Amino acid sequence: MTTTTSFIPARKPGLLHRVPALRRFVRHRLAMTGLAIVLLMTLFSVVGPWVIPFNDTDTDIRSRLVAPFAGVHVLGTDSLGRDTLARLMYAGRISLAVGLSATVLSMGVGVLVGLVAGFYGRWVGMVLMRFVDAMMCFPTIFLLLAIAALIDPSVGSIIVLIALTSWMEVARIVEAQIRSLRTRDFALAAQSIGAGSGRIMFRELLPNAVAPIVVAATLNIAHAILAESYISFLGYGIQPPTPSWGNMLENAQSYLSRAPWLAIVPGIAIMLVVTSFNFIGDGLRDALDPKLDR
Amino acid sequence: MIPVQRPPVLEVENLDIAFNTKSGTIHATREVSFSVRQGETLALVGETSSGKSVTCLGLLGLTPPPPYCQIGGSAKMTTRDGTVHQLIGRPETDLRRLRGAAASVIFQEPMTSLNPVHTVGEQIAEPLRIHRGLSPRAATARALELLDLVRISDPRRRLDNYPHELSGGMRQRVMIAVAIACEPALLIADEPTTALDVTIQAQILELLSDLQRQTDMAMIFITHNLGIVAEIADRVMVMYAGRVVEQGDVVPIFTAPRMPYTRGLLDSLPRLEPGRPRRSLLRAIPGNVPDPTAHPPGCTFGPRCDHFRAGLCDSAIPPLEQTAPGHAARCLRLDAIANAAGVSA
Amino acid sequence: MGRFLFGRLMQSLVLLWLVSMIGFAILHLAPGGPLSQFIAGGNLNADDIARLMAQYGLDRPLPVQYLEWVGRFLIGDWGNSFRDQQPVTAIIAGHIGATLELMLTSTLLSILIGGTIGIIGAVRRYSIFDTVATIGAMIALSIPTFWFGLAVIYVFSVDLGWLPAGNRQTMGHGSFLDRVHHLIGPCIVLALVSTAIWSRYMRSSMLDVINQDYIRTARSKGVPPFQILTHHAVRNALLPMITITGLHVPALLGGALVTETVFTWPGMGRLFLDSVSYRDYPVVMGILMFSALMVLIGSLLADLMYALADPRIRGAGR
Repeated sequence: MTTTTSFIPARKPGLLHRVPALRRFVRHRLAMTGLAIVLLMTLFSVVGPWVIPFNDTDTDIRSRLVAPFAGVHVLGTDSLGRDTLARLMYAGRISLAVGLSATVLSMGVGVLVGLVAGFYGRWVGMVLMRFVDAMMCFPTIFLLLAIAALIDPSVGSIIVLIALTSWMEVARIVEAQIRSLRTRDFALAAQSIGAGSGRIMFRELLPNAVAPIVVAATLNIAHAILAESYISFLGYGIQPPTPSWGNMLENAQSYLSRAPWLAIVPGIAIMLVVTSFNFIGDGLRDALDPKLDR
Repeated sequence: MIPVQRPPVLEVENLDIAFNTKSGTIHATREVSFSVRQGETLALVGETSSGKSVTCLGLLGLTPPPPYCQIGGSAKMTTRDGTVHQLIGRPETDLRRLRGAAASVIFQEPMTSLNPVHTVGEQIAEPLRIHRGLSPRAATARALELLDLVRISDPRRRLDNYPHELSGGMRQRVMIAVAIACEPALLIADEPTTALDVTIQAQILELLSDLQRQTDMAMIFITHNLGIVAEIADRVMVMYAGRVVEQGDVVPIFTAPRMPYTRGLLDSLPRLEPGRPRRSLLRAIPGNVPDPTAHPPGCTFGPRCDHFRAGLCDSAIPPLEQTAPGHAARCLRLDAIANAAGVSA
Repeated sequence: MGRFLFGRLMQSLVLLWLVSMIGFAILHLAPGGPLSQFIAGGNLNADDIARLMAQYGLDRPLPVQYLEWVGRFLIGDWGNSFRDQQPVTAIIAGHIGATLELMLTSTLLSILIGGTIGIIGAVRRYSIFDTVATIGAMIALSIPTFWFGLAVIYVFSVDLGWLPAGNRQTMGHGSFLDRVHHLIGPCIVLALVSTAIWSRYMRSSMLDVINQDYIRTARSKGVPPFQILTHHAVRNALLPMITITGLHVPALLGGALVTETVFTWPGMGRLFLDSVSYRDYPVVMGILMFSALMVLIGSLLADLMYALADPRIRGAGR
C-alpha cells in the first residue's frame, strides 16, 4: 500500500515539496493562524511569569479590582488584588497542560480500545464498541461532574477524569479504520508470513490510521481545554489557589458589573486557544484527506 | 432519409463553450455548427469528454453561469408556435421558460435523476404546473395520460410510487414522461439507454422513436454507441476533442466515412458481414482523448491517427470541408486517404 | 420500516442495560461510595456507618446490589433524596419541564437560524458570507457556553437592562409574556452551539444535494431557482439533519446544565449541580441515568422521524 509511505518523515531538504499533505497544511491560512496563536499563547504562559513583576498568588488589598490599563497592573486586578495578567499566565500553564495531558491519555485509551475492537472484531469488537456507545449516552458534563464530586480534585485527577470521558470518539474512528484496513492485502500478507497480532496491529495497521488520529487528537485538545474550563467554572475542576482559565471565571460572575474584565480576559484566552486548535484540526483534516475538501 | 425539407427547430452556429478553472481556460467545444429539423433525429457521437453533452447543456443554460463558463456563437430555436428564440446570451429566466417546455432533456442515469422524496406523479406534474399553469388536479390527470403514453403498466398505481420503487427501465420511462409532458419541439436524449439492460435499451429506443413520430419533435441523441445510431438517427455528427470532425446523413457516414476517427469508431464495432472473416479482430483506436488543457498542435486526432503525416497534420487545424452535399469532414488528407481506401477495397 | 425500528429499539435496550452498569459502577466503585457524604461528616461512629450500610443494602455483594438497584429502577423507585427525602422521580419530574422548554425552544431557534445560514452558505459557496459564516461557526463552537452566558447577561441585563439576568419568571408574576421575556437570554445562549453545528452540517448536506442529478433534472424542467431550493434541495438536505439533531442531544443536555446554572434557570441541569454539591447521590444517579435515557430516546426519535421522512425507508416494509 502506498499510503504506508506517506507518513514517513522525509529527511532531505524540500520537505514541503515532498510531502503534499504538509504543503496543503502550510497553505491553509486559518490553520496557520491557529498554529501561530497556539504557539504565542504557549510562549506567553510558559515564559511570561518570568518576565512580569507579579506573582499569581500575591494579594494586594490596597489595589483590589483595579481596571486594566490604569496602572502597573496591565490587565487589572481581581477581588483580592491579584494581578490578572500574572494569573492568566499561570492559569495558562495549567489549562494547556491539562488539555494536552488529558488528550495524550484519552488518545492512548481510545486508540488501544479501537485497535483491539477493530482487529479482533466479532465478540470482542462488539462488546467494546457497545460499551463505547453506552459511554457516549452520558452527556459529558454530567459524567464529569458526577465523578468529580466523588473524587478528590487535583490537577492529576482532573486530567484522568477528562481523559476518561473523552476517549470514545477516537476509539470509534480507529475501530472503523482498522476494521476496513485489516482485510486489505498488506495486512493479510503480514499475517501470511506469520507476523504476530501485536506486530500487525502496531506496525502494519496503526500507521495507516495516523491521519484521522492526528486530526482527532487536535480537536480533542480543544475539547479537553473546554471541558476543564466547564468543570472548573462550576467549581469541581482545578481548585483555587491554583489558577486555571476556567476557575478564574468562577468568581467573575459575582463581579460582572463592577469588574467585567475579570470575565472577559480569561474567556478570550480560552476562546482564542480553543478556536485555534479547532482551526488546526480543520486544516489537518483538509491536508491529510484531500477528498474531504469542502 | 427525409423526403421534404422540414423547418429547422434548432440552428447552431460556431458554438464555443469555455470553462474558466483555477488552472486556466478549458475549451469544451469550439466552432460547433449544426441544425436539427422537425421530426428529425441527429445523433451526436464521440468519446467521453468530446464535448457532446456540454454542447447540449450549454445551449439550454445548464452549464455553470459566467464567469465560470463562457458561451459564444449563435443558436436559434423555433418553438411550436413559430417563435424564434436566440439561446446564446439569453438571460437565465428566459431560458428557464424554454427548458422543459420547448426543449427537454433526458439524462443518462435514471437511478439518480429523479428526486427520491417526491412521487412519480408529482415529478411529472411539475413542468405542467410551471409552464402550463395547470391546477394540481389537471396536472395529475395529464401525468396519468403521460404514464400511459410511455407504456407503464398500471399507471394509476405508479402515480403514487416513489422512484426507488421502480426499476431502472421504468424510471427512464418516467424521465421520458417528464420530458415530453409539455410537448417540446426539441428533445435532447443524453445517453438515455447507457445505464440500462440491453432488452430494456431496445424498448426505450422504440418508445422514443414512436413518441417522436407521434409528436413530430426534433431529437438530439447523444451516444457513443454506433449500433444505436444506425437504428435511430437520420443524421450523424461526430465530435472529437470539442470539435465537429464529420457530419452527414446516417447512410453515407456508415458506408463511406471520410475522417479517420469516424472510420476508427466504425472499425471498433463488432459486426457480422458476409466476406468478413468471422474472427477478425475488433480494432480499438490506440491512445486516449487528449487532455483538454493541452491539445496537440494541428489536428487534435493526429497523435492517434494511422494516416498522420508529420509536418502537415501537426501544422494547422484542418477546416471542416464539404465532401458531398450534406456531408462534411475535418481532415487535411481526405483525398489521399480516400484513394488509398479505394485501391485496397 | 417496522423491522428497522424494532432493531433499533432492541439496540437501545442493550445500550440502556450497559448504561445502567456504567452508572452503577460510577456510584459504587468511586472512593467512599454512596455514603461518603455521611462518612466525611465525621459525626458517625463505625456502628452508625454499619447500620446505614445495612439500611441501604450496601453490605451485600455488588451483583445483588446491582440487581436490586435495576429492579427498583425499572419499577420507578429511584430512591429518595438525601436532602429532603423526596422521591428522586418526583424531584426530576418537577424540574424536567423547565429544561425541556429551554432545549426545545433553543433547538427550534438554531434550526431556523443555523439552517438558513447553512443553506445560504452552500448556495453562495466561497462568498464573503460563506467565509464569515464558516469562521463564525468555528468560533461559536469554541466559546465556553457559560462565558457566552455571562456576556449576554452583562450586555443585555447589566448594561442595557433589556433582559432579566436569570430565573424562569418574575417572582409572583408568571404571565406568558413574562416567561418568554425570561426565556430569551438562556435560549440564545443554549442555541449558540447548536446553531453553529446546524449551519456547518446543513451547508455540507446542501452541497451534497446541489450536485445530485435530480437537481439538474429539476433545472432542465425549468423549475424556478427558489422552488428548486425549497422543493427539491432543502427537502433532501434536511434528511441527514434529523440524525445530526438526534446525535446532538447529549451536547444539548450538557449545554442546558451550564446555561441553567448561569441563568439560575430551575431545570434539571441546575438541580444536578446542586445535588452534586450536596453529594445527594440518589438524585445525582437519577439524573445521570435519566439524561442517558433522554439521549437514547432522542436518538430513537430521530430514527423514527427519519424513517417517516424518507420514503425509501418508510416504504421498505410494504
